[in-house]
Amino acid sequence: MRTIYYILQKEFRQIFRNKTMLPVIFAIPIVQLLILAYAVTFEIRNINLVVFDQDNTPQSRALISKFQAPAFYTLKGYVQSYDEALENLRKGACHQVLVIPNGFEKEIAKEARTSVKIITNAIDGSAAAIMNGYGNGIVMDFNQNLVVEMMGGIDFKQPIKVDYTFWFNPELNYTTYMVPGILVLLVTIIGMFLSSMNVVREKEIGTIEQINVSPIRKYQFVVGKLLPFWFIAMFELAFGLTVAKIIFDIPILGNIGLIFGVASVYLLVVLGIGLFISTLTDTQQQAMFLAWFFAVVFIMMSGLFTPVESMPSWAQQLNLINPIAYFIKVMRMIMLKGSEFKDIAGDFFSLLGYAVISLFLAIWRYKKVS
Amino acid sequence: MRGFIIKEFYHIFRDVRSMLILFGMPVVQVLIFGFAISTEIRNAPVAILDHSNDYVTQQITNKLLSSGFFVRGDQIENENQIQQIFRKGKVKEIIVFEKDFAKNLENEKEAHVQLIADASDPNVANLIVNYTNAIIQSYQQEYFKGMALPVEIVTESQMLYNPGLKSVFMFIPGIITILLMLISAMMTSISIAREKEMGTMEILLVSPLNPIQIVAGKVIPYVLISFINALTILLMSFFIFKMPLEGNMVLLLLESILFIIMALSLGIFISTVSNSQQMAMMLSMFALMLPTILLSGFIFPIENMPYLLQLLSNIMPPRWFIIIIKSIMLKGLGIQYVWKETLIIAGMAVFFIALSIRKFKIRLE
Repeated sequence: MRTIYYILQKEFRQIFRNKTMLPVIFAIPIVQLLILAYAVTFEIRNINLVVFDQDNTPQSRALISKFQAPAFYTLKGYVQSYDEALENLRKGACHQVLVIPNGFEKEIAKEARTSVKIITNAIDGSAAAIMNGYGNGIVMDFNQNLVVEMMGGIDFKQPIKVDYTFWFNPELNYTTYMVPGILVLLVTIIGMFLSSMNVVREKEIGTIEQINVSPIRKYQFVVGKLLPFWFIAMFELAFGLTVAKIIFDIPILGNIGLIFGVASVYLLVVLGIGLFISTLTDTQQQAMFLAWFFAVVFIMMSGLFTPVESMPSWAQQLNLINPIAYFIKVMRMIMLKGSEFKDIAGDFFSLLGYAVISLFLAIWRYKKVS
Repeated sequence: MRGFIIKEFYHIFRDVRSMLILFGMPVVQVLIFGFAISTEIRNAPVAILDHSNDYVTQQITNKLLSSGFFVRGDQIENENQIQQIFRKGKVKEIIVFEKDFAKNLENEKEAHVQLIADASDPNVANLIVNYTNAIIQSYQQEYFKGMALPVEIVTESQMLYNPGLKSVFMFIPGIITILLMLISAMMTSISIAREKEMGTMEILLVSPLNPIQIVAGKVIPYVLISFINALTILLMSFFIFKMPLEGNMVLLLLESILFIIMALSLGIFISTVSNSQQMAMMLSMFALMLPTILLSGFIFPIENMPYLLQLLSNIMPPRWFIIIIKSIMLKGLGIQYVWKETLIIAGMAVFFIALSIRKFKIRLE
């Protein structure tokens, strides 16, 4: 026990002595949380529209004014030719072009059937689908009003009534959803990177020799390396949760003790992986790249930004070994839905097993001889 | 000068393990992300609470489950279980059909269905509810055939540059950018910090090389490595992910080199301000990674962000490179359309190189 205490003392001193690292460890995560939580939204709030009106009649102008009514459409202007419209899309000056053909008004009056064209920049496929839906909806609306005007008094209510209810986040607020996830990321990155570069640093500078010849047992060494980062990461989590609560007003419906309980096991997994990477590599550069590789793969697959359900099944299988996926899921469940231990028990025990394995690997790979 | 560059080359290429990591990593990442990341909804688990259980509700259920968007999740017996099933996280949406659904639809021309979505993920909840609604509407139109409007305006939709609405076209340019940016910046950020930490920096500083030469010597070998990485990733995006290359290949490669040089100089700059490898790494990875992913328009469109963040995204170099790649690859545009973005990246490169050289001089005094 005393040995571990001395190692801890040494590690803590080393961390707190480094005046330039401290702000990096503590300030960057919080600043990122504050700024980046606002960046994440799939809502389409601003569609720039260009109109090619070949008809130029009261009817066509009425349709255009329909597009100007919703707050998310901005009319960027009119063009005089098809080429000019396409040029606007090419330059990125607009997202959508509305093309009203010559004879639009006449066809409505005579043939009761006409068409308009909506061209959408579809590089972002999912946004394009939504924008196209908006455009179609407006035209359809215009169409129904027209029918009511011409025929008078016809009721177009839909026979099947669909009601929606959104649970746990009725305003569909994105920060509510993202903040717990970003918090997990920040804690993970801090823990994994600091621990992965730690042992290998001693190797690179040569101080590992001194530890190797001292009467320290392998597990004592690993515990001594791990605990300081564990405390730092737990502190960051507590700090981050406070910021989330105060600034973003994120609900914490579930038990806060449960969050820290899961976090304490989760951090063992992350730090274990970090230390394991550290024992596998010979330079800090290698350690950094390996840690980065795993971190980025874990982050992108975790369901933080894109839904896990829409990934192919091999990717979902891969998430069985993705600690970030477990923790993000659990954090969101506890904070936003008030899930209890019995709801997350499966994930908790998976993390626990994972912690045992990664720590075992780290202790096993750490060799006292170089 | 030549000798110095050759020394740096040896230094880097001798380390086989690092080489494996540097060249293998991007390949694996592009493969994983290209195939796995998608914002489309597929196979979302839903529970159906059918109080009516007649032929209409069954037909709607079949239509939903055969659409590819939904799969049947856990069973649910009554309304009281909704909270519980959501808390387990097993189901994204619950569809509740009222009693006597078919009868009401036939007789009263009005039947009710309720959609309850787990909106702790607002995006998924929104999409799922929209999809469900669209499927029910289309069923309704089939059911009441011949209810066409007396006047009809048909909307023709044209999807430019990506008619199949593939989300991979959106993601691949972003993945290329993020990988080039982060790997390049990380490589150089750590290289000078390493010399400082190991004490070999002093030797460099007393050598007859001037700061410009030292920076150039550090950067040139990595330009080659990053360029090989860029080529590999581009080839993968054509052959594996079938990205089109509508524009000029040479222009794309030149732009890539420019972007790589910018990222490497950013790395050098980070290196000159940090005194340990750990510090350099924390700055280049931690401070760059999330902003690059989130503020570059890689996944989340910039125009939907709050105004202040839109301003902030202007100083994110990847933002400009993503526009360049999409313009060249998907839109087939030439330099006359991307000169502004090119100038911005070039300007950033010059800025970082100048800053790094200045920092060097201060140390020499």
